[in-house]
Amino acid sequence: MGLTNSSMGIKAVDSGLIIQKQTPSDKVVALAGNPNVGKSTVFNGLTGMNQHTGNWPGKTVTNAQGYCKTKKKSYVMVDIPGTYSLMAHSAEEEVARNFVCFGEPDAVVVVCDATCLERNLNLVLQTIEILPRVVVCVNLMDEAKRKNIRIDLSLIAKRLGVPVVGAVARKKKSLSELMGALDHVTDGNSQPTPLSVHYPEIIEAAISKIQPLVLQKFGGRLNSRWLSLKLLDQDESLIREINAYLGEAFLQDKELKDAITQAKIQLTEQGIDVDRLKDLIVSALVKNAEDICRGAITYEKHNYAAADRRLDKILTSKLTGYPVMLVLLALVFWLTITGANYPSQLISNGLFWVQDRLTDFFQYIHAPDWLHGMLVLGVYRVLAWVVSVMLPPMAIFFPLFTLLEDAGYLPRVAYNLDKPFKRCCACGKQALCMCMGFGCNAAGIIGCRIIDSPRERLLAILTNNFVPCNGRFPTLIAILTMFFVGTAGGAYSSLLSAVLLTAVIVLGVGVTFAVTKLLSKTLLKGVPSSFTLELPPYRKPQIGKVIVRSILDRTLFVLGRAISVAAPAGLVIWLMANIMVGSSCVLNHCAAFLDPFARLMGLDGVILIAFILGFPANEIVIPIIIMAYMAQGSILELDSLAQMRELFVANGWTWVTAISTMLFSLMHWPCSTTLLTIKKETGSWKWTALAAAIPTSIGIVSCILFATVAHLFG
Amino acid sequence: MNQQICLNDVKPGQHATVSALQSTGSMRRRLLDIGLIENTDVECLGRSPGGDPTAFLIRGAVIAIRSEDCRNILIHAL
Repeated sequence: MGLTNSSMGIKAVDSGLIIQKQTPSDKVVALAGNPNVGKSTVFNGLTGMNQHTGNWPGKTVTNAQGYCKTKKKSYVMVDIPGTYSLMAHSAEEEVARNFVCFGEPDAVVVVCDATCLERNLNLVLQTIEILPRVVVCVNLMDEAKRKNIRIDLSLIAKRLGVPVVGAVARKKKSLSELMGALDHVTDGNSQPTPLSVHYPEIIEAAISKIQPLVLQKFGGRLNSRWLSLKLLDQDESLIREINAYLGEAFLQDKELKDAITQAKIQLTEQGIDVDRLKDLIVSALVKNAEDICRGAITYEKHNYAAADRRLDKILTSKLTGYPVMLVLLALVFWLTITGANYPSQLISNGLFWVQDRLTDFFQYIHAPDWLHGMLVLGVYRVLAWVVSVMLPPMAIFFPLFTLLEDAGYLPRVAYNLDKPFKRCCACGKQALCMCMGFGCNAAGIIGCRIIDSPRERLLAILTNNFVPCNGRFPTLIAILTMFFVGTAGGAYSSLLSAVLLTAVIVLGVGVTFAVTKLLSKTLLKGVPSSFTLELPPYRKPQIGKVIVRSILDRTLFVLGRAISVAAPAGLVIWLMANIMVGSSCVLNHCAAFLDPFARLMGLDGVILIAFILGFPANEIVIPIIIMAYMAQGSILELDSLAQMRELFVANGWTWVTAISTMLFSLMHWPCSTTLLTIKKETGSWKWTALAAAIPTSIGIVSCILFATVAHLFG
Repeated sequence: MNQQICLNDVKPGQHATVSALQSTGSMRRRLLDIGLIENTDVECLGRSPGGDPTAFLIRGAVIAIRSEDCRNILIHAL
């Protein structure tokens, strides 16, 4: 799962799979592969879509589909989550397995990593056991070449009995061979005859006891040899799916049941219980893969990954691992803050120039004051603030972060942070979910699917909100700049902002650890489960593409959200500020009502209202505060942070207010989209309520504590 | 009987060969999936800043494994 326009926000919530053919003759092709072999890149190259790609295992956790055409045929391509095997262990692996087994694809493309082909063949072998129409796409041939790994594709194809094509998925042209092979495999005339995995004799004997019966009872909807093996293997989740697919009656068949029992007795007599059987099956697959690669792959340079190891020494060593992490984070923030200043000013000038023209226009047509107020001072102005204050930092932070992701740094963060997470009885992969949370908490929560243990996944879901998402960053940056750095600008002050922002993030991470530990000791008791994490090779990020893509995606996303959320919010806040009840407007009444409590927290009524109205999207919190103050006060021009600061100070802000607001921004209820996602992922309103209650109560308590202490000493 | 040695005894830079896998359940299947069967060569690459997990090169891929799990992966004498 990555952060793209389609994976964030409300669209992230729905992830069911219904194959949508454009024409009935479309062929359905599944893209399978080990995690992080570039499946999504192949998918994008074929379909022209922009499924997010990133260099870490587990990025795609749901099925995505797209279309592509060759001269002969049209295809629906389905990008399924990466999986090491079709003997599913985790939720996303189950998705992959179910689609290959029961989705009835016309063909499966197994994408492999050329630098690690032998291990990838394990999945290839399991796939050709299920259906013969398989094309093996050996991706990352360029990387293999760089590492002096020579691969004889035609020899491997001959041994496997299915087409094997090389590709460099980043270069679209290199995919034409793959499409040719697909045309060939799906044309129905040629039935490929793939290699049949050879198991130890004793297992073969057991299979041959069941297979004829399976074939007779049930024909060819699923490969009978594979099904027989699986019936011996007793994989519970698979049996469940088979029941759903073939109907309960199938496994209740007496003759079949007897045959299975007999075969099992025979295996047990030879000392092979269920676990041993699984071992033998997997070992056979691994050995078959070894045989296939023998002589077909040559490593010309023994130390082909030396550069990666050197980089790992810097990024994950005891001495430099953590400092480098902090410096990189601060560097990303610094670039964001420095880079955002200028465009922010520019956009703001432009948008407010437009506002003046709109005002002119309304005067010209003699529109009533209330209409002008509602549409221009309400809807348009909040929209303009959201875009000018929020968009530039997002549009810069995002591609920078994506570059780190593309290069393969994020799994190293998970590797570095696993120990502290283990202390909290959780899983290092939670760090990956946190990283996703920087972009969008809803996406971060979906990303939690990469965590296998349900308990640890819940921990990650419940604490994801302590990482400020893109919608909250600009708020933090604006407040930091106004109150602690000075609005004069310059390299030094943006450096200071970056360091302070990093400190805020570190605080959020600290709270994440604390809450994770607390939950592990109370509601979600348990010990850390076992864990493996693959650290992929570093790859040179596609800088140009990343920048263009993510700026475009970000801009679209923010604009979309601005229109759908900020515009109505602008209307509501304008109405609240202009509908009078008694001597004062509704907004003032509400603010006055909340004020005593908000003061306890070091805030004021307006700020609290802004957070409440910001429930649909955190981006609109600051604009609402501005709007509310302006409605109450006399300052009408506002086109720089310096003026914004004046406005805030005039309304009683001090450094205490600023810190309290930042604390509350870091720790309050998740936005509505995030909560919906949590409901969807946990399937429970109880956990959803808890996911809102935990950060909110921690936020309120820390604000009150901070404000009390600050007032005592200040 | 000799003291059994496991992956935790391999130091960064050293190679070892797997002699037996004592992990159970999903971890066992996961390790098998990544190709960690008997007689597989494993190279220890380094430890994470906290001292755990440890990164190993297994069949061309770098995999991090925690010490608790390494304890169940026995190796032949170094």
